[in-house]
Amino acid sequence: MTKETNTYSASGEVGSIRQRRTRWERSWLTLKKAPPTAIFGMIVILIYALVSIFAPLLAPFGEADSQFSAYQGFNKTHLLGTDQIGRDILTRLIYGARNTIGIALITTILSFVIGMSLGLIAAINRSYLDQALSRGVDVLMAIPSLIFALMLLSIFGSSTLSLICIMAVLDSTRVFRLTRAVSMNVVVMDYVEAAALRGEKLAWIMRREILPNIWPPLVAEFGLRFCFVFLAIAALSFLGVGIQPPTADWGTMVREMAALIQFAKYDILKGITPLLPAACIALLTVSVNFVVDWFLHLTSGIRDEQ
Amino acid sequence: MNNKQKGDILLEMKDVVIDGFSDDRWHEIIKGIDLTIRRGEVIGLIGESGAGKSTLGKAAMGFAQPGCRLTSGSIIFDSQELMTQPEKQKRKLWGSKIAYVAQSAAASFNPAHRLIDQTTESGIRHGLMTKQDAQADAIELYRAMQLPEADTIGFRYPHQVSGGQLQRAMTAMAMTSRPELIIFDEPTTALDVTTQVEVLASMRDAVAKFNTAAIYITHDLAVVAQMADRIMVLRYGETMEEAETTKMLKNPSHEYTKSLWSVRSIEKKATTSTDKILEVNNVSAAYGKNLNVLHDIKISVPRRKTVALVGESGSGKSTIARVVTGLLPANAGEVLFNGEPLPAALSGRSTKQLQKIQMIYQMADTAMNPRHTVGEIIGRPLEFYLGLKGEAKETRIIELLEMIELDESFFDRLPGELSGGQKQRICIARALAAEPELIICDEVTSALDQIVQEGILKLLLKLQNDLGVSYIFITHDIATVRAISDEIVVMLEGKVIEQGMKDEIFSPPHPEYTELLLSSVPEMDPNWLTELLKKRATG
Amino acid sequence: MLPGDFGQAILGQRALPETVAAFRKELGLDQPAYIRYLDWVGGILTGDFGQSFSGRNSSGMDRSRTVMDLLDQRLKNTLFLATMTALVAVPLSLFLGITAALYRNSLYDRVINATTLTTISTPEFFVAYILILFFSSLWGIFPSLANVDPRDTFDERLYKTILPALTLTLVIVAHMMRMTRAAIINLLASPYIEQARLKGISSAQVILRHALPNAWAPIATVIAFNLAYLVVGVVVVEVVFVYPGVGQLMVDAVRTRDIPVVQACAVIFAGTYIILNLIADIIGIITNPRLLHPR
Repeated sequence: MTKETNTYSASGEVGSIRQRRTRWERSWLTLKKAPPTAIFGMIVILIYALVSIFAPLLAPFGEADSQFSAYQGFNKTHLLGTDQIGRDILTRLIYGARNTIGIALITTILSFVIGMSLGLIAAINRSYLDQALSRGVDVLMAIPSLIFALMLLSIFGSSTLSLICIMAVLDSTRVFRLTRAVSMNVVVMDYVEAAALRGEKLAWIMRREILPNIWPPLVAEFGLRFCFVFLAIAALSFLGVGIQPPTADWGTMVREMAALIQFAKYDILKGITPLLPAACIALLTVSVNFVVDWFLHLTSGIRDEQ
Repeated sequence: MNNKQKGDILLEMKDVVIDGFSDDRWHEIIKGIDLTIRRGEVIGLIGESGAGKSTLGKAAMGFAQPGCRLTSGSIIFDSQELMTQPEKQKRKLWGSKIAYVAQSAAASFNPAHRLIDQTTESGIRHGLMTKQDAQADAIELYRAMQLPEADTIGFRYPHQVSGGQLQRAMTAMAMTSRPELIIFDEPTTALDVTTQVEVLASMRDAVAKFNTAAIYITHDLAVVAQMADRIMVLRYGETMEEAETTKMLKNPSHEYTKSLWSVRSIEKKATTSTDKILEVNNVSAAYGKNLNVLHDIKISVPRRKTVALVGESGSGKSTIARVVTGLLPANAGEVLFNGEPLPAALSGRSTKQLQKIQMIYQMADTAMNPRHTVGEIIGRPLEFYLGLKGEAKETRIIELLEMIELDESFFDRLPGELSGGQKQRICIARALAAEPELIICDEVTSALDQIVQEGILKLLLKLQNDLGVSYIFITHDIATVRAISDEIVVMLEGKVIEQGMKDEIFSPPHPEYTELLLSSVPEMDPNWLTELLKKRATG
Repeated sequence: MLPGDFGQAILGQRALPETVAAFRKELGLDQPAYIRYLDWVGGILTGDFGQSFSGRNSSGMDRSRTVMDLLDQRLKNTLFLATMTALVAVPLSLFLGITAALYRNSLYDRVINATTLTTISTPEFFVAYILILFFSSLWGIFPSLANVDPRDTFDERLYKTILPALTLTLVIVAHMMRMTRAAIINLLASPYIEQARLKGISSAQVILRHALPNAWAPIATVIAFNLAYLVVGVVVVEVVFVYPGVGQLMVDAVRTRDIPVVQACAVIFAGTYIILNLIADIIGIITNPRLLHPR
């Protein structure tokens, strides 16, 4: 053998050498490199979260306080005026953040709990159970979810609880499909087979081998599902079959004040009040989308340039 | 057809630099390469994965691979500067004067059109010929490429034709406009060896017949030796060595060039033993309710020895591994381990039985959980089978790391931070951690570069010596078989064709298939293909 | 056949059990569930969705209408709106999607991407009210109420429907364009596209001859999938513009828990959606060369 091949050493081989950093340092570094849209999104989400949590401290009046004269314009006491039955609009907006976001968040979490557990089971089981679950989901998904939701709401009545349950179940179908699909990609990996050959228990394989590898797409999906649920609940409330008064919520506020838009010609500020809650909804979903976009870009490593 | 003199300079690349985009910035992947091709000359570009040979090949057309850009230097083809020319100009050359033959013909033919329409497309589009002439010409070319039923095969769709035939049709497609230069980008890599011979022969004939210059890109030195007049060795985007084929094979000047056939330098003296660790008796197996893919298999593995399972894709060699490990319970027959029958299904086996048979996979990338550290990966079997914990476990992990010629600095690394060879070593360590008696190696070296392969094979031999493990070594590469095995089992279509000691199998007389298989393996002799064809023609 | 006691809901919690029973009998709610279900399915097959609950009175006079009656004109209105939107939105989004895919990462692509991302994240009613604010309140070009009437001429109808159709178009184009772009980019990454380029074929020819024949299936899927947004959008938009269509009828029926009407509307919406998807699947199958030309 020649000299060079003799001095060959395995540890000297060039891997992609990376400086060792703690997890926290790494996240900070990626965060610093985030594009402006993502930073904008994160700041907006943070503000929304703070407003929702501290709503009672921030709001100038009570949630259902209707002691003021109706249809006031923007003024010093009521920065954004009052609505058709004399409630402070700024107060309603702040409480609306809490209610609308809160309900959407609970719904999304519930839908993930259902969808993820069933999806994982289906991906690993792969037998009649998978078949039954998948076909069931096919049936649920064959109907646009808003239509399905409207039908179920007419049966169970419009209460916050039924709204959350119905939306969570309908939405969990998409979570189920995604979880099943991504876990399926992981399940066929050799390292899962290697674990099975070692004699590992199913629970261990799920927890240690599969879960750590499917969380990035699921986190991204959580953002997207949240947007979808949030918009769907806002739409239902707007239609008057979602969150019911006197609970303040943005969708309902738009509907209640819609008529004001006709007065835009005379008082532009009053005219755009119905757009305020709608803009609040749009701003949050846009922000979440920005962050998700960046996150997907980070984790996928697949870029579509050229 | 060439009114220009053979031997004139056709393509001249000078100091070409190409950047690739990854990790959010541009990296140099071709670092200033010069390449000159004369009319009618075939030049071989050889190098290992990541050497940049494919990128350079496409750059010879003035084409920047997606995600890459031509940064500087000059590419002069037939006195036109391609570096700065707009794509519209270059397009007039592509498909008329320069043609490209891709690695995977199956993916590179458009599934929506018939072969002949794709073959004739560039000729017609460039206004070189009428549709009728082009079709007649295409059929001639199919015949020249020795495609069966040349008159009608063009009227089929790509999915209706086999892989080897598609690869030849693709060469015909490149020939249709009688280009002055063809770029072959690993055209036979995806093919089985027996198919490869025919494709190589027809490509070589076509190039010679039309006096076309060609760049032949491959990682296999023996293949390029058959095709090229001159060979250029690339590594990490730089030229290592460039020389006439015969000269380079006889007397390589660069160490790196020698390492390209390093696997062929390992020799192991075959021995056997009557003490069988594993016996597979009359096993048949099938996936689901389909037809059997294994028919009445009978093989045995002597203790402390290596049995190589050799065969082409679809021969059932990996299925045997699945039966032995219990992933695919056999329909019939039994598997004896240390003389005792193993339960057919994985779920029926005891932890002890699982521990004693370990497996190493072809793709180390997918065989390790990308989110576990090296310490966790090697530590798990220690904990699971041997109950080691804490310091004892850690000490043992470091011992194992040293055994595979790595050190404790690897303890906290993730698989993504390792090179291909290091990954495969970690997989070996994981198998060793279980203290097995038998290790099944499924194509463990075929995804690796030659020099790394050599390292891995030597390590496996050393471990066998030190620890006394037995190997079942599944591979399609005859050079690897020569290097590592004691006994050989030749497989075809789920049946055992022949089995015996290495020297016995490699020396004539052979059964027909073994003969075909062995003779199809390219050798480092530039005249190998010519002589093989002569021999086959005379029978 | 469905839970939720309409009798109790209409008559109130304090109604005497006998009254409720009588009311249920009149509606046929006392029959076993499977009989009512079979009746209902049989009815749909013959175009009979039953009677609307509302307008009924347990004490005699029946002012209720058949569901079919309620639906008739509204279904035509909704179809008019949906068709108008689809006619504009489908070609527009295909064009935008394909061009964005071709010139990806250009300024054009980025602007379109940012715009559509914003539109997607916006509730339909927000878009609708913004359009009303400008086109109706401030500039007074189009009416904010789309109260079409069967007696309207085609032009009048078109004029009244423009704002709702525009809203729907904006929402759908955003979704459909993004998916078209993704599908085309996916396709352009195929090795055979690179091979075609290396054969010196012009960009236009690469798209027309090599990409398009393989793109029908993904494009059909994208279109069918996005017409689901159309269905959802129709419901909201009809309410905003007080457009007398099936969507508005459905929302009203949900509020009053008029289940036969809700069922009928749901069947119409779901049926349309399923049929569209079926058509997309069929297109996918008949344009697949592997299935067109078996071995």
